[in-house]
Amino acid sequence: MTSFDARRVRADTPQLNRVVNDRTITYLDTAATSLQPRAVIEAMSRYYELRHANVHRAVYVTAEESTAAYEGARDAVARFIHAPAGSNEVVFTKNATESFNLLAKSWGKANLGAGDVVLVSEMEHHANIVPWFQLREETGVEVRFIPVTNDYRLDLSSIDELMRDVKLLSITGLSNVLGTINPVRELSSIAHRHGALIAVDGAQSVAHSPTDVVDLDVDFLIFTGHKMLGPTGIGVLWTREDILADMPPFLGGGGMIADVSTEGYTPAGGPTRFEAGTPPIAEAVGLGAAVRYLEGLGMAGVMRHEHGLTGDALTRLAIEFDGRVRVIGPADTLDRGGVISLDVEGVHPHDVAQVLDQFGVCVRPGHHCAKPLMRRFGLAATVRASFGPYSLARDTDVLIEALGHALKMFG
Amino acid sequence: MSNLEDLYREIILDHYRSPRNRGELAVPPATRVEGFNPLCGDEITLYVELEDGIVANVKMMGHGCSISQASASMMGSAVKGKSVEQVREQIRTFKQLMTVHESTLEHDGEPAKVDLRALGELAALQGVVKFPVRIKCAALAWNTLSQGLDELA
Ligand SMILES: Cc1ncc(COP(=O)(O)O)c(C=O)c1O
Repeated sequence: MTSFDARRVRADTPQLNRVVNDRTITYLDTAATSLQPRAVIEAMSRYYELRHANVHRAVYVTAEESTAAYEGARDAVARFIHAPAGSNEVVFTKNATESFNLLAKSWGKANLGAGDVVLVSEMEHHANIVPWFQLREETGVEVRFIPVTNDYRLDLSSIDELMRDVKLLSITGLSNVLGTINPVRELSSIAHRHGALIAVDGAQSVAHSPTDVVDLDVDFLIFTGHKMLGPTGIGVLWTREDILADMPPFLGGGGMIADVSTEGYTPAGGPTRFEAGTPPIAEAVGLGAAVRYLEGLGMAGVMRHEHGLTGDALTRLAIEFDGRVRVIGPADTLDRGGVISLDVEGVHPHDVAQVLDQFGVCVRPGHHCAKPLMRRFGLAATVRASFGPYSLARDTDVLIEALGHALKMFG
Repeated sequence: MSNLEDLYREIILDHYRSPRNRGELAVPPATRVEGFNPLCGDEITLYVELEDGIVANVKMMGHGCSISQASASMMGSAVKGKSVEQVREQIRTFKQLMTVHESTLEHDGEPAKVDLRALGELAALQGVVKFPVRIKCAALAWNTLSQGLDELA
């Protein structure tokens, strides 16, 4: 394996050459969505140029090829997260949000009722909150929150109390607002000690560090294609084969059945049971190409690279602005990813983002679909900059230049 | 950066830094109405007090970006002392200002007639139309006021 080289990733990513407002863009919005390498774009267009056909149950060549491509993507994803029983444990969905809905509406509805608790945290994305509230309306399950400390970490000081009656701990691996990396391995042993299962929101983590579901000892892992260099329209729910076997179907229709008669239906087994209708085939192909590309980069290298960039950015923000730009997230780089939320003194996040846009800097202002967290810290919004494998220190240079301009303009 | 300077005119920044008409009024006699922009999280609480069909006083609370805050601040000063009918006309004119691009297209390139003079310093907000996502910010206070007048009617 060659050593990781972010400049090569950059050269592989065509959109990074885009010129806006007379400047090449500085893309710092990977936490919202990542940019695709040519390998992904070409895999998808090759699929449409040569192999497109509906999957399953056809014998002509292109249909066999499209089925093989779709199932090959499932294999690639299984390998990428080290799924012990391989592709039998990988369900394709539309995105992470749909995966959470599948988890809540299938497994949750069958297993969580009045008197049970699903434990989430104050730093969750709405995707890992709202489906549980919806389930609460249906089954009366209690939704409980692990608080977040003033230094932006999970407050685990009363975790044993919080775990009372918990059947599922559902928690993010990496906060999409704070950048905090949660201690998943420790949390899974806590959950299992209390007889609960653990689901991890890997939307922000799988493209930025190595993932091994056996090593993490988790029961569910959810992630989304477009944040891991893949296309939109495809997401993943991974769970152990034995859990999957007991989960009732979610959406009904073609593709998810073993048999249908005028009397009723029998659902299919395995991941297929949860993939009703024609699946996102080209998107799966794109996701397969994305994970192969990431494997080629080496996830340990990606992690080291982004860790370095993050540490450098935190230091420079602190030195450059002397407290006028506050980081809403851990100030140290231990267990911290490349998502940096900022509060710029006297300048509203939307105005910051507007000024940054004139410098070609793509960042995101807003609540980042984490309103309970924003409430916790008394903020309406932050400006969020986030790194990807193609990010370079010069992106931070432009960010700092543009932030300086925003401060000057509104100061 | 010319676009930016179009958006962030000095007068807008001034209203943002020192917003006018901040505060609350007793309800009643004033009417209280709330506006919210779910996209940005901008919030405004408007207090309007009418006397004999004239806007006798306006106060506001809330938070938001410079565009929403400046627009609200300028609006307060613009409507004070005006009759309800005049205020409705101001709201119409302001909305026209915010849609000037679209109406230009609709009318075969003939520029929409917006009476900039009638808008006074509010005309400084015309740069906003170049930034479509920010139109909602500028319009928040006006939509809220419009809703308040409807409730009073
Ligand atoms: C932590 C986290 N979870 C879930 C999601 C939802 O992903 P998607 O919008 O692709 O469903 C996101 C991204 O928006 C996220 O950052």
